[in-house]
Amino acid sequence: MSRHEHLERSIPSTSADPKAEVTLTVNGVSVTREVSTRMLLSDFIRHGLRLTGTHVGCEHGVCGACTVMIDGRAARSCLTFAVQADGADIRTIESEAEEDGTLSALQQAFQECHGLQCGYCTPGMIMNIRAHFDSGEELDLSDEGIRELISGNLCRCTGYANIVKAVRRAAELAGKA
Amino acid sequence: MSTRKFGAPIKRNIDPKLLTGNGAFTDDINLPGVLHAAFVRSPFARARINGIDTSLAEQADGVVAVYTCDNIGHLDIELPLLIPHPSMTAARTQRPLARGDVYYVGQTVAMVVAVDRYVAEDAANLVDVDYHPLDVELDLEKAIEDGTPLVHPTHPNNIAADFTQVCGNPEAAFAEAEHVTRIRVQVDRSTAAAMECRTVAARYDSVRGELTVWDGTQAPLGVRGGLASIFGLDEDKVRVIAPDVGGGFGQKVMFPYPDELLVPHAAIQLGRPVKYIEDRRENFIGSNQERTQIHEIELFAKKNGEVIALRDSFLHDTGAFIPYGIAVAQVASTSIAGPYQIPNIHVRFRAVYTPTVPVTPYRGCGRPQACFAIERAMDQLAEELGIDRFEIRRRNLIRDEQFPYTREGLLFADGLRVKLDSGQYTKALEMAREAIGWDNFAASQEAARKEGKAIGLGLAYYVEGTGLGPYEGGHIKIHPITGKVYVNTGLTSQGQGHDTVFAQIVSDQLGVAVEDVIVVEGDTGTFEWGVATFASRAAVVSGNAIHKTAIKVREQTIKAAANMLEADPADIELEDGHAVVAGTDRKVSLAAIATATNPLRYAFNSAAQAATQFAPASRHDGPPLIDGQHPGLEATDYFSPECATWAYGVHAAIVEIDRDTCDVEVKKYICIHDCGNMINPVIVDGQVMGGFAQGIGGALYERIEYDTEGNPTNANFVDFLIPYATEVPAIEISHLETPSPLNPLGVKGVGEAGCIAVGATLASGIEDALRPFGGKKFHQTPITPSMIFGAISNG
Amino acid sequence: MKPPLFDYLVARSSEEAVKLLSEYPGAMILAGGQSLIPAMNFRLAAPAALIDINRISDLRRIDIVDGNVRVGAAVRHRDLEQNDAAFAANPLLRAALYHVAHVPIRNRGTTVGSLCHADAAAEMPMVLLLTGGWVTAEGPSGQRDIPAEEFFEFHMTTSREADEMIVSATFPGLPTGAGHAFAEFARRKGDYAIAAVGAIVERGADGVISSARIAACGISSRPVRLSEVEAALVDTKLSDDDIHRAGELAKQSVTAPDDAHATTAYRQHLLASLTRRVVRQAAGIMKES
Repeated sequence: MSRHEHLERSIPSTSADPKAEVTLTVNGVSVTREVSTRMLLSDFIRHGLRLTGTHVGCEHGVCGACTVMIDGRAARSCLTFAVQADGADIRTIESEAEEDGTLSALQQAFQECHGLQCGYCTPGMIMNIRAHFDSGEELDLSDEGIRELISGNLCRCTGYANIVKAVRRAAELAGKA
Repeated sequence: MSTRKFGAPIKRNIDPKLLTGNGAFTDDINLPGVLHAAFVRSPFARARINGIDTSLAEQADGVVAVYTCDNIGHLDIELPLLIPHPSMTAARTQRPLARGDVYYVGQTVAMVVAVDRYVAEDAANLVDVDYHPLDVELDLEKAIEDGTPLVHPTHPNNIAADFTQVCGNPEAAFAEAEHVTRIRVQVDRSTAAAMECRTVAARYDSVRGELTVWDGTQAPLGVRGGLASIFGLDEDKVRVIAPDVGGGFGQKVMFPYPDELLVPHAAIQLGRPVKYIEDRRENFIGSNQERTQIHEIELFAKKNGEVIALRDSFLHDTGAFIPYGIAVAQVASTSIAGPYQIPNIHVRFRAVYTPTVPVTPYRGCGRPQACFAIERAMDQLAEELGIDRFEIRRRNLIRDEQFPYTREGLLFADGLRVKLDSGQYTKALEMAREAIGWDNFAASQEAARKEGKAIGLGLAYYVEGTGLGPYEGGHIKIHPITGKVYVNTGLTSQGQGHDTVFAQIVSDQLGVAVEDVIVVEGDTGTFEWGVATFASRAAVVSGNAIHKTAIKVREQTIKAAANMLEADPADIELEDGHAVVAGTDRKVSLAAIATATNPLRYAFNSAAQAATQFAPASRHDGPPLIDGQHPGLEATDYFSPECATWAYGVHAAIVEIDRDTCDVEVKKYICIHDCGNMINPVIVDGQVMGGFAQGIGGALYERIEYDTEGNPTNANFVDFLIPYATEVPAIEISHLETPSPLNPLGVKGVGEAGCIAVGATLASGIEDALRPFGGKKFHQTPITPSMIFGAISNG
Repeated sequence: MKPPLFDYLVARSSEEAVKLLSEYPGAMILAGGQSLIPAMNFRLAAPAALIDINRISDLRRIDIVDGNVRVGAAVRHRDLEQNDAAFAANPLLRAALYHVAHVPIRNRGTTVGSLCHADAAAEMPMVLLLTGGWVTAEGPSGQRDIPAEEFFEFHMTTSREADEMIVSATFPGLPTGAGHAFAEFARRKGDYAIAAVGAIVERGADGVISSARIAACGISSRPVRLSEVEAALVDTKLSDDDIHRAGELAKQSVTAPDDAHATTAYRQHLLASLTRRVVRQAAGIMKES
């Protein structure tokens, strides 16, 4: 039991778990919450705000399933502490459709082109594409351009080809092509 | 009649929910008061546990319970051997929590339950386990040598199973051969890596004595059976729900994983819901994997290229335990002759224990390894005999008139004879030859080589036994109020689009919109007969069960409608949610028919008035339901295939190797594919493309790495290289549709098709490209830049 | 994969950040967090405290000072990548940043953070070395500049003192007329480099190379200058033989052992190929091999 002494020093304590108050805008709504300072933004969105459309696939920033928009830019919510988002403007997949449930052009295109199967990576994929669509940066709708845009989001189901199609179709529907 | 939905590219019913973030994956389900589990896992590949001290973890704030093998009571057992087979003696399975020894890095040793996952992980680090490390051997070929450290002292030479199957009279055929080709091939270990890791949440209602488990599994009925038997509960008191599941690919058909028992156990003990959401690291070290096999394959041929016999002996890495039996190795061994006649086969495998994560099926399940072995051997034979690679295959393919083609002596993974049921193998090969441009390729290759470019063409043929039994069921009910059609089956979806293809099947029979067919699967509380999702079987087995059921409901509906409309049943057509008397405007909605066939006392709406006791249409000369009649429009039926149905296909690719970077560029990739009648071609293509991407991973990128001590060294997404969109080339798919004679819909499975032949195809192409630059053989996947460099630098 | 407990401290100025560093032994600076937070999630890193510098506006500046690009410690990769003034002064920055992970990571990750993380296969440390840049460290006793040559000591190890914070990095502008190129090979788009090479060459009116700077990453325990290659290129006219020899000379700089992604022999081959490629590109004499 050689580790015992070493371990004893690091007994965690929920009472010692530092908390901080954060106020941020999520999908246009201002929210104020007390959070553990170590809580990942992904967990805060999912479990603190119960916006469970944002998924968690690796918690080390590679898969992109947790991608949300922070101040207009796509970012990994698993690689940001909730406390860092104090004052930030966050957009998640739940903001993508119209309020009456009408799918956005991007969502329609994903359905039309069979750009999703299990749907686990899809919200992160869409938020990444959404951020790019809204950035005002030039859209490269060649196969290579679209593949580059969605590189950074792993999908294990579709093989990506239909996502490439969906991005192009979405640009068309949104009048960007 | 409305347009037939079977065969149409219908949009998926499930998509709007998933696209708006309204899916309900296990971790999305709100369970008030839920506790969170984390595991202490072995850091050693083999070790003896001298002691476990949980005291510090128990003291930590927020910790509710800590479990080891000593306080889990009836769960301290060796887990079930799911698929027993006589080739195994005393097959080893693991315990939910290690007792005495650990057998791989990642094996569960203790479970901590705490107020949240953060605290649970903190406390897991506080569990002090005293290990005495033992010697290990990770190399599969060395593992079977005498004197090698044993994973299980009970199993000399680490042999878990040793099994031989014989078809025809191979010994005689070996003697008649004019040419023998021998190669050794190796396919390395990979993992499913579904985007959602495994998940389990449980809640126990102590008043009702009911256990509800949400489990990201491919086999909710199996999990329920396991829980009921191990916990000693009535099946009716255990409900297992597979909610939305983020990809499975075989890893989630295995059960019970330790957490699938321990989480419900904790929920019962603690009286609070408990959940375990596996993280990515745990998925790499704690959830089962597949692929490593080393084949020594020999083809015995005539000078004209006709292969008269095949002998294969292979080692199959089964990891530290063999809970799923020899399924993977058996599929490989029975797929080894591919699409070829080869009448004489001798195939032996030895399943070998290694101190690594256990091996159970991952999409492909032995087929990619078998395809790699036979297809690389066919290329080698072609080269040795100086015969064109397409031509040597053509000469050996099973001809159309030979179907069904039985390989007597080979039993497939369902325990039934290998019987290739239908196909147009020669036509598929010709289509591939044309699509890839074989006839002009030699000239363009020659021209490219003159410029110093390394261009090659790769080719591989595959077969896929799909749609295994034993059976699945279908239950259909037309709702009396909405007229919507509810469909249940026992297996479950992890993204394949079952809800849409099953709806298409039902829509054709009942004349309702596909969107109005609501498929609910994966919930043992709604339908409790069936098996699981594996072996590309959902469309075949559940699809046909639902089809048969839909025909029954159609008959009921027409009969009732004829009665209501006072017409001949032969004149009734079902369309747009109504029964219509052909050629007239007389019609009645399915909702009204469903209501009318349900004798009522209370008129809850206007349609219901017609079914109440004093309505004119009601019977007054006996019981409202005559003997043997059931209320409403509802039926259940089952489909049990006589044996597997065999899909097949051909892949071909043109690749260019950048000799500076040793990178492989796929310039063109084509796939000819036949899964019988296609229910939804868009979904079929999606399955093929997804499998293809996993095939690209296995061919060029993905390999689970262990060091010599048995430590996994790339258990993360930074180092285990799943292809991004930038790494997956475009694929052109063409279909043949040769119906299967084995089921009413004429369908075959498609789930695994895409991944099977990619490794063999790219190895074939890379070898061809580099022929003038060293002439090395590519008999192992994944093929890395370092391997390519090794090939060109020694040339 | 949840991070361990830590104290979270927000610094409002670099002075405050430096003060906090001294007050909290075991504290780390939190900038973009794109390498630190994964390490914490794996529990490979467990800093006692994190000092968040993202709210220090001074550290979010990109300034062109005397033709050099000075990048504050909280500047995101993506901001630097898209900054036209920085591109004009030193186009290698954009060329290299394109290879740093993917856009969502570059949107949060900071360039100075990447320098401090000092992964031996990372692009930006190599570019700092290649361009002769330096970092500015601020400690309790003030600021000091540390040249790239002295900053990167080993894989994930720098010469920053424990009580110092790197407040900026300065990437010198490229000389007018200098040729430049950057090439990388990774297994997947966005992965750390198996090898990457950058080059800056200047040639006289007679076509003779007057100066050459070549650096590489992914091949050793830190980014390295390929000084033998540089020396061999100067005073040549970059004949095919000269370029071939440059590639061969590059090979000796590979010290990385065989690993899961590459053997040493392959890395040598790759480095030679990439070296030839960047020398040709930088010299503007693109020619088929």
